[in-house]
Amino acid sequence: MTELDIAGQVVELVRRLAGPAAEAEVTVTRRDLALTRFANSFIHQNVAESGVGVRLRVHVDGRTAAGSGSLVDTDGLRALVERTLTAARLCPPDPAWPGLTPPAPVRSDGRVDEATAYAEPDARADRVRGFVDAVGGLEAAGYCRTSYRSGAFANSTGHAALGRAVEAAMDGIARAGGADGVARLCVDRLADLDGAALGVRAAAKARAAADPVELPPGRYEVVLEPAAVADLLQNLAWYGFNGKRYAQRQSFAEPGTAQFDPTVTLVDDPLHGSTLPYDLEGTARRALTLVEAGMTRAMAHDRRSGAEVGTASTGHGMLGGSTFGPLPHNVRLLAEARVTDEVAASGGGVAASRGGGTASGGPGRVDGAAVRGPGAGVPGPAGSGGDGLPGGVAQAVADADTAALVAGVERGLLVSDFWYTRVLDPKSLVVTGLTRNGVWLIEDGVPVRAVRDFRFTESYPKALGPGRVRGLGRRPVRQPDRVDGVWWEAPPLRLAEWNFTGGASG
Amino acid sequence: MTEFDAATAAVQAALDAGARYADARVMHRRYESMSARNGAIEELTRDESIGLGVRALVGSSWGFAAVPDLSDAAARDAGRRAAAIAAASARVPGPPVDLVPTEAAVASWASDCRIDPLGVALSDKGDLLVGATATMREHGADLAEGLYQIWDTAKWFVSSEGHRIDQRIRECGGGISATSIGDGETQRRSYPSYRGQYGTTGWELVESLGLAAHAARIAEESRALLTAPECPAGETDLILGGEQLALQIHESVGHAIELDRILGWEAAFAGTSWLDLARLGSLRYGSELMNVTIDPTIPGALGSFGFDDEGSPAVRRHAVREGRWVGVLAGRDSAAVAGLDHGGSVRADGWARLPMVRMTNVGLEPGPHTLDEIVAATDDGVLMDVNRSWSIDDRRLNFQFGCEIGWEVKKGRRGRMLRNPTYTGIGPLFWRSMDMLSSETVAWGTPNCGKGQPGQIGHTGHPAAPARFRDVRVGVRA
Repeated sequence: MTELDIAGQVVELVRRLAGPAAEAEVTVTRRDLALTRFANSFIHQNVAESGVGVRLRVHVDGRTAAGSGSLVDTDGLRALVERTLTAARLCPPDPAWPGLTPPAPVRSDGRVDEATAYAEPDARADRVRGFVDAVGGLEAAGYCRTSYRSGAFANSTGHAALGRAVEAAMDGIARAGGADGVARLCVDRLADLDGAALGVRAAAKARAAADPVELPPGRYEVVLEPAAVADLLQNLAWYGFNGKRYAQRQSFAEPGTAQFDPTVTLVDDPLHGSTLPYDLEGTARRALTLVEAGMTRAMAHDRRSGAEVGTASTGHGMLGGSTFGPLPHNVRLLAEARVTDEVAASGGGVAASRGGGTASGGPGRVDGAAVRGPGAGVPGPAGSGGDGLPGGVAQAVADADTAALVAGVERGLLVSDFWYTRVLDPKSLVVTGLTRNGVWLIEDGVPVRAVRDFRFTESYPKALGPGRVRGLGRRPVRQPDRVDGVWWEAPPLRLAEWNFTGGASG
Repeated sequence: MTEFDAATAAVQAALDAGARYADARVMHRRYESMSARNGAIEELTRDESIGLGVRALVGSSWGFAAVPDLSDAAARDAGRRAAAIAAASARVPGPPVDLVPTEAAVASWASDCRIDPLGVALSDKGDLLVGATATMREHGADLAEGLYQIWDTAKWFVSSEGHRIDQRIRECGGGISATSIGDGETQRRSYPSYRGQYGTTGWELVESLGLAAHAARIAEESRALLTAPECPAGETDLILGGEQLALQIHESVGHAIELDRILGWEAAFAGTSWLDLARLGSLRYGSELMNVTIDPTIPGALGSFGFDDEGSPAVRRHAVREGRWVGVLAGRDSAAVAGLDHGGSVRADGWARLPMVRMTNVGLEPGPHTLDEIVAATDDGVLMDVNRSWSIDDRRLNFQFGCEIGWEVKKGRRGRMLRNPTYTGIGPLFWRSMDMLSSETVAWGTPNCGKGQPGQIGHTGHPAAPARFRDVRVGVRA
């Protein structure tokens, strides 16, 4: 049976058991997930999972319940329908039921790389081999992941949708005597993942992070690399642009208000990657502009949260949405074409020059497109050696895009990654967390010293507020999430200040 | 074909394909959750999942494969696939892998359960949440939420060494929370803890919580917090309630003593540990009041089981004794690397996930005091309770926690309520500053411990009681 056959069978079973007035929606998703994990420079965990999940939501006699199951034979589907109907009948009424998605076309662009969908473990292991070999004797750790989803949706209004999606991701660190450097990338084709290129970048960063010094906490100007920016996007999505939190007045977001710097445009753009083209409620997924040139524009909604505030679903129905709310989870911070030119005019080429130049550009050349590494989107190293700085610290700036932003900083910090960020208050979106995988002191446009990790406590929307963004890179890099199908894409970002509230020693 | 038959077929297929060791877990899990908001049911979900996961060791490389199908053909295919994946792992080989010995148990085990949580009428469970959330609304909460969760898991484990173990583990719990929304911030109060209290037990746990009886109080506290003074910034004596101390243990002890982290196996994601195996047995972790056990045998605690997910029996051991670090959470392979003689702390989050080192019940043995005695003995400090935020670095040293509520403590008396209480520190320095510990221990359950790639959610238990820590930095804010 196809996924659509299964979905249709479940809808019919609900009607047969609960009558023609029963409302039902069904998603069926087959998933192949494989992940090859390495640490201490060898593969220590290597897994593959094949599964199918059927999720059913029913609304019967004014009452709603949901259920899921992994069994798709006749008995398994019937058991799913029976227990979900039983649950609905015993539930209190649901006066806020938003109804089912009416029939509407849902188009998939069919962008599925078959080689990725059916990748063998050797293909992942080879990329790990490339990463490990490229770190040049440093310790390596990380993963290479491929995933494939094939799914269908059907509901009792006659609406149906189909889709397939693939993803490949690699995330690795190189470790040099307690200092780590990171490289990670999420793509639509495994062929676009170059383990060696990522390994080279991670190793350069790790070597540049050696012998860190401890700096006093305080407010520093920062250049955040894409991995760190991804954390901003994730927290803004979860707590700010989440339609449920907005409806509950727990979000900072105020549509129609200029809450961000004019350089900030955020778009939730699932179709930018390979994705299932519909959400859990069958609504077509599409691009949603959350922030346009600093102006907050929209929230993500499923049918329920949309109805609560008098608007339509934006295609963000998702598992757990009733609890956590509908979340944007393919957010892009759009690159700013102007910024690097402005930075360059103010001396932006210096860092690239002192760092040995870009991989394919000379001093002062800061066009990110010129330094694309092999691997479709991995920025290449900015060069090595020759800088006269301690510990090869210039290699902290691993691409020309970042170099252009660093070049404009008189005194500040270059931050690779954030870790374990947690929200102190969701409405102000004050977040605490730590830096990870490399921090460097910038003086006069160049990194001069590796710095020990900081703890920070910062309001994310305020940090991106009007006048606070001093530069955006031109080369966004897609960062994988812990869950396949979720990603965050951003260029490096220069901010006027970031509130570091503690050092490594407390 | 029984579940044991499927697991046996998978193991045999892996051996036939070249594995020198294999094990398989069939798991059948039923899950039910209900949430309510502002006096109405928000969501009711009933899930069921069954499948098989098989692990194969070929040479010194591991492979794992999982399928949602217990037919003989599917089980054998999974076994062969696990072996093939292990062979691929050998393209980037590591050091030799050994497994510390464990008795090849043939056994059954079931957790205690007086009231089957899945057997309680949904209408009764719904009434409980609807009633409590309605009460919170009536007493001033802008957002009143309630939640319960139930897991009923049956497992069948077979290994190539002869293990044949079945277990049935029933877990449940729940809680309520009230949120009041002010100008630019929110204040939340939860009972009995954030996300609730959970255990490896029956519905009697939820009944014992008395959710309805605490609804009005926490709603009023959440409203009062909006106008309470901010927690002052500075260094002071800190008294933590037991619920917050449970999370402190989880984050700054439990994760730190995971042997896979200590060995670097989690370096790129969950992180490593500040602990150095060379100092096991000699390192001072905390004050002499600090006695931490790894104990999966505690009846009703959320991290309890009969056998872990590689067949090692549940055994109580010390992690910290009188302040000295003496034990780790280990699996059979990681223990062999470290030269230890036991595993016992390996679990998998369902049939589709690789078993890995996880916390069981990691908690503090009771101290000699009571909370009232601790407050009475404190001249100037802050009492904080119920977690609101948590963050710790990748070596499990530098932490910052926020609590829902704080109180000023002056001259031995609990005084004004304080809002936005936070504290920060470095793990071992913090634990060394613990000078009073209560005997009022509760085995708090944490049902949301994330680890692993692909991600796994672990259920852990943390016996904890109120305690005092000296000269702690509090009041960190943006």
